[in-house]
Amino acid sequence: MTTSPPPVPPPEEMREIFRTMTLIRRFEERAAEEYMAGRIGGFLHLAIGEEAAIVGTISALRPDDPLTSTYREHGQALARGTDPRAIMAELLGRDTGICRGRGGSMHLMDVQRAFYGGYGIVGGAVPLALGLAWAARYRETEQVSVTMFGEGAANQGVVSECFNMAGLWDLPMVFLILNNQYGMGTPVERAAAMDDFFPRAAAYDIESWKVDGMDVLAVRAALSEAARLAREERRPACVELLAYRYRGHSMSDPDTVRAAEEKERWKARDPLITFERVLLGEGIIDAEGVAAMRAEVDRVVDDATAFARESPEVPIADLADYVYAEPWNDAAHGSALVRP
Amino acid sequence: MSTEVKDVTYREAINQALREEMIRDESVFLMGEDIGHFEGAFKVTKGLLAEFGEKRVVDTPITEAGFTGLCIGAAMAGLRPVVEIMTVNFALVAMDQIVSNASKIHYMFGGQVDVPMVIRMPGGAGHQLSAQHSHSLDAMFTHVPGLKVCVPSTPEDAKGLLKTAIRDADPVIMLESEGLYGKKGPVGGEDHLIPFGQAVVRRPGRDCTIVATSRMVWVALAAAEQLAAQGVEAEVIDPRTYRPLDLDTLAESVRRTSRAVVVDEGWPECGIAANLAAHLYESCFDWLDAPVGRVNSADVPMPYAKNLEQAAIPQPADVVAAVMATLAREVPR
Repeated sequence: MTTSPPPVPPPEEMREIFRTMTLIRRFEERAAEEYMAGRIGGFLHLAIGEEAAIVGTISALRPDDPLTSTYREHGQALARGTDPRAIMAELLGRDTGICRGRGGSMHLMDVQRAFYGGYGIVGGAVPLALGLAWAARYRETEQVSVTMFGEGAANQGVVSECFNMAGLWDLPMVFLILNNQYGMGTPVERAAAMDDFFPRAAAYDIESWKVDGMDVLAVRAALSEAARLAREERRPACVELLAYRYRGHSMSDPDTVRAAEEKERWKARDPLITFERVLLGEGIIDAEGVAAMRAEVDRVVDDATAFARESPEVPIADLADYVYAEPWNDAAHGSALVRP
Repeated sequence: MSTEVKDVTYREAINQALREEMIRDESVFLMGEDIGHFEGAFKVTKGLLAEFGEKRVVDTPITEAGFTGLCIGAAMAGLRPVVEIMTVNFALVAMDQIVSNASKIHYMFGGQVDVPMVIRMPGGAGHQLSAQHSHSLDAMFTHVPGLKVCVPSTPEDAKGLLKTAIRDADPVIMLESEGLYGKKGPVGGEDHLIPFGQAVVRRPGRDCTIVATSRMVWVALAAAEQLAAQGVEAEVIDPRTYRPLDLDTLAESVRRTSRAVVVDEGWPECGIAANLAAHLYESCFDWLDAPVGRVNSADVPMPYAKNLEQAAIPQPADVVAAVMATLAREVPR
């Protein structure tokens, strides 16, 4: 059995973590612009401010560890290596999108990279993650299933059901509670009986703890340990990450509930700025290197946006594709399955 | 004769299908409440834990949303779970997983993963179980694109449809009938699969088409017997699956008889009978000599008292009256 990654990654990986966090930030800022310009419809939930939680988590996992997420999941796909073109094209509802325009912002998936999707019902994906863990154990693979959900989802009954089954059956499962302190506009203190969420998992005999979700290396170390427990000791684990999203719940939320002072306090701990300081301080990257990396990331985002805008719309004739795995033969069996 | 087939119960037929498919495919496993050591609330899974072990026959906590969702995730990873929800009534707790996840994952993610799973559950009324344990929710599942819905009426169909369902790449809802578990009949062998979307004529006739599934097939056949005594030859057709629906066979029959009655144990509003009647109006309007009749359970929560319950669920006499109405005849007293 191979060992988990060390808590402090080598310089090359440190730079890659920084680049991925920057890519997520720039990609989402661009997505916001595309939304404001009317090219992205529906809901657009941005994770700006949560980049350390996303990248710290994914950098601690193996590429084939199944990952599931909420609807705030552009970063998860980017961090797993999904082509930014295919993500932006999905946001713009194009045929070249990663889900061919069926899912949109909330429902990205890249099964080739073991990213099993973003889901729109709060808490609803957690049992799916448990099933991916179940399959890993059934087939006796070394995979660990990791699911990211918010502290709001932790209040859903089905999440407690999953804590119970994971604890009962010792599934190779990591629950990651990303506590960004607001369930849409409702702060934790008005929604939860306790400030902390990780003790809920502990109640089901799951090892659980809380770390600073704004510190990418702290997140990475915590997830490395959680994944090690699940992989090597065959015990589920739960990590609560305390973090903050800078934007409202979605682009349609004017974000008038949260105090400006509170936002500024968290932005002062911005994960990108603090990590850049660490890298500069340790000589892992210099100012020139940072500028070059940012320029490269901007080119990637520009290219993805141009690709998405130029991509064809989904043909109307394909409306009913993918409802079933095997398309039904209308002529032979009547019309009552799907009729575009 | 060596080919003679021994009759088995509907319950045993389902057990055979599960067992044969578990032997055939290592990725098939069973999960549900009390299906292992207790061998199922209706004893459908009798002997399977002993034969296949705890890895493949899994007793769960009472946590329908959780284990249904778990099985959806396992199916996404390529396993073939067969979920037993103890009765259809408890599926309501798991409806978010079934409707928001199982039915949509293939579509919403552009076909990247299949969800090859079966969710079995018995339903129906008739045992004085009152309002919360007597549901027929066929219409709720059939409403949802992405699901397939089986409603077997015989042991042969229960076995053959379940085997097809387990091998299918999509999520299949298998609605069994509590009232049919003891019903005996012949069943097919290991290789006998019944394809989805193929209706079967249970009794031929020329005067009126009766469409029914599951236990209502037997109610319809009893009605047809009574009608025959009065010189009315009803044709009883069993669609066997609501999704996909073999509308062609239904329409062909109705165009011959020019009359139709749909029998459904569910409620009348926005129900299966209403839906099938709409299909028949659309496809057979010019052939119909009378409005399509509907026989449903009464539009009330199921009562406990035996006389009230029997009055609330479709009886052969209700079907006879509906057929006679399409013929503009009074039911003789």
